[in-house]
Amino acid sequence: MEAEVLVEENKQGNSPSAIPSYLEHKGRFRGIWSWLLTTDHKRISILYLVSILTFFAVGSILGFFMRMEQMTTGPTIMEPQTYNAFFTLHGVMMIFLFIIPGIPAAFGNFILPIHIGAEDVAFPRLNLMSWYLYISGAILALTSLFVGGLIDTGWTFYVPYSLRTGTNVSLALFGVFLLGFSSILTGLNFITTIHRLRAPEMGWFNMPLFVWSLYATGWIQVIATPIIGITGLLVIAERLFGIGIFDPSKGGDPVLFQHLFWIYSHPAVYIMILPAMGVISEVIPAFARRTIFGYKFIAYSSIAIASVGSLVWGHHLYVSGQSYTASVVFSLLTFLVAIPSAIKIFNWVSTLYKGSIDLSTPMLYALAFIFLFMIGGLTGLMLGTLSVDVHLHDTYFVVAHFHYVMFGGTGFGLFAALHYWFPKMTGRMYNERIAKIAWALLVIGFNGLYFTMLVLGYQGMPRRYYDHLPEFHEGHIIATVGSWILVSGIFLMLGNILYALFKGRKAGQNPWKATTLEWQVPTPPPLLNFVTKPNIPEDPYDHKFRF
Amino acid sequence: MSNHHEQEQHLISYSTYFLIWLGLLALTGVTVAVAGFKFKNLSVVVALVIASIKSILVFNYFMHLKYEEAFFRVMLFVTLTFFVIFITLTFFDYSFRGIIF
Amino acid sequence: MTSTAATAKVEFHEHHDYTGGKIGMWLFLFTELLLFGGMFIVYAVYRYQYPQEFHQAAMELNTLLGTINTIVLLTSSLSMALSIATLQRGKRKVSLAFLSFTIFCALVFLVNKYFEWSDKIHHGIYPNSEELLNFEKGEVLFFGLYYMMTGLHGIHVLAGAIILSIMAYFIAKRPSEKYYFYPEKLKDLQGSKLVIINQKGEEIWNGATINESVDQFSVNIKRPLTDKYIDKNNIGKLENSGLYWHLVDVIWIFLFPLFYLIT
Repeated sequence: MEAEVLVEENKQGNSPSAIPSYLEHKGRFRGIWSWLLTTDHKRISILYLVSILTFFAVGSILGFFMRMEQMTTGPTIMEPQTYNAFFTLHGVMMIFLFIIPGIPAAFGNFILPIHIGAEDVAFPRLNLMSWYLYISGAILALTSLFVGGLIDTGWTFYVPYSLRTGTNVSLALFGVFLLGFSSILTGLNFITTIHRLRAPEMGWFNMPLFVWSLYATGWIQVIATPIIGITGLLVIAERLFGIGIFDPSKGGDPVLFQHLFWIYSHPAVYIMILPAMGVISEVIPAFARRTIFGYKFIAYSSIAIASVGSLVWGHHLYVSGQSYTASVVFSLLTFLVAIPSAIKIFNWVSTLYKGSIDLSTPMLYALAFIFLFMIGGLTGLMLGTLSVDVHLHDTYFVVAHFHYVMFGGTGFGLFAALHYWFPKMTGRMYNERIAKIAWALLVIGFNGLYFTMLVLGYQGMPRRYYDHLPEFHEGHIIATVGSWILVSGIFLMLGNILYALFKGRKAGQNPWKATTLEWQVPTPPPLLNFVTKPNIPEDPYDHKFRF
Repeated sequence: MSNHHEQEQHLISYSTYFLIWLGLLALTGVTVAVAGFKFKNLSVVVALVIASIKSILVFNYFMHLKYEEAFFRVMLFVTLTFFVIFITLTFFDYSFRGIIF
Repeated sequence: MTSTAATAKVEFHEHHDYTGGKIGMWLFLFTELLLFGGMFIVYAVYRYQYPQEFHQAAMELNTLLGTINTIVLLTSSLSMALSIATLQRGKRKVSLAFLSFTIFCALVFLVNKYFEWSDKIHHGIYPNSEELLNFEKGEVLFFGLYYMMTGLHGIHVLAGAIILSIMAYFIAKRPSEKYYFYPEKLKDLQGSKLVIINQKGEEIWNGATINESVDQFSVNIKRPLTDKYIDKNNIGKLENSGLYWHLVDVIWIFLFPLFYLIT
């Protein structure tokens, strides 16, 4: 049992500038160990941010090569088996190593305690363990590539193929299990933090909406993630011991695997999108210089999305052999879950009305989010429609849909968070012009690639196919060129950020003149976040409040 | 934030624990005895009802849930509700396979 | 004659949130409920599809051993609760006795499970065995689920036994409190040292002087091992360990009738 002791400011009175930032703080450990053994939520957040962006860069390169392969019919740069491994690895990395941990781990860790006026999260050591589980899971999943052949099942690991393939599915699934555990612990930590560590003046409806989104996400992490845990264990047990749960020759039902898999994986997409929506709810009021429209509606809609979103998984099984009754029920539920999402869009757009719009980079990403997420959401409704899905299932339409919501949605939300909170986290500012150029490349490249895929899918191009028929050829070329523009935008953005980390000019305490509590603490914040007692207004986005 | 004096001081008496234990043993006896009856399809319902009663006793008394703030009971209820919904919606598939309209 | 200590005042930050710890443990229990819940979903589907075969296969199981194990776990829950109750009332040694009995019950459960499984395996009933593959499909599924679910449960019993053993160590050892001084505050303490002064004002013990060579400074206070100094944090930890243990019991409460008592 340890007690941490902070020696009080002495009678001479310490000025805030004398208190070192969390980056300068000298704790019990020095050098690299001050990072690897830290329990400071801010350092853990940075550990996650670096890991996540690295995996994102690698996953993007995989995608780049997949698109290169599709430049010509027939083999272009790789064998079919390699292509299968590429799309599997691309999916596993992007989903489990980038998007699901994404915003909660890399930004939620840093910002959540500060947003509620706390010194750290409820369980700082558990927080560090989450990161180690994440890294272990990542290492296992990536190692499984090199031990026993490249995994080729797709990130969805459907049986019976995942039972029969000679590649190292068991190791990969165990890595996924560890990653799930990491996600659970983060959610558990955040829920407890929000319940227990809010400043006394901060009631539930004085919290920033980012906190609400992390709260709803935490519950999905706790309730849904164990299901993928057990599903992975069952497949491993099946491969190792032949228990027969999913094997038709022993009476098992492969569709049951799909049920179990998607009972987690559909709510998982809400783990992905809710924090991104939380970021948008922060950025828009800040850069429209007015309070958010419909605070309570946005707060409640986060809970509604988390709840109803856990009931729609069967829309992934429409053509699997599932009963018609189930398909109808799931289709109805899928339509319902669009409603709270739409409410958020209405409220964000309404917030812009009579605002004083500042088109800095974070705002550009937020506005792009609204546009791209809308396309993603609407195409989702199309796919949710039974008769339409029969034709569009497993085509490029689906692939484009989920890239619009996961990349155009969560991805752009993460980029918005990156550009919004970078000055606070590092004490430096990036080059605004280059950031905007990168944004433009991203938006143009993104739509060039994925809108084309919507059309290709509608025309019938199947997904996860290494090759394509000549009738799809022009579309593929346009898409691949779009991917080049997209990837150049990604690397320009990341390069700009990396450069700013070392050479950026110093940032002030509140470069955006925003209102939430992180802008009341020094840049970067000191170890326990608050130097003086924070001023907590009733409305977290009250621009008339002076502090 | 100092919480030295916040600790829950409600103590359950030793005799309460013993009584609950006896109740659990009795219910175990009931569930074994009832297994011999021929309820056919209802037998799983009976077994689940008895198991649920036993669990309620364990949750409320051994796990102190009855004396905690309502928040804990609500959260357990929410978790169990989602679990029930997961099973129910899955059964929308399996119960209606082969029915085309 | 006392020398003036450093002017820096020490503020003690206690970072243990009893209710927060409880919330965290309950949230973890929810994840365990859903982990097993996933397998209960599989069980439900296959029992619905193969009712006759499940009944057939269940007859192979040893109902007596299953009932004994149920009673063992229920009793271990009682002793767990009593261990907590006695510690709350300041009776350290009695609490340790009940805790040890709980661990003992866990081991008895595991030994019974070992006998059950060895017996099955001896008769050729195990996943992918030739014998089992000759059974009906529903029976193969039953035994697949049986091994998976009781196996995963057994792992949790073992984990519980380990956790409770660690708790026994915490409760049995001398309680201590440690105070760390951040290195950047050491300069405020330059030239000072820690002393113990008796009622006559004499120094009965002093430590070394803190100079520039000192890199870290912490004070560890070890309390005597009497019931008077039961570490409050241990009560919270024991309660949370108890929550975990009771959940292991609850899962078995459902496993028992669903596998052993199918009519």
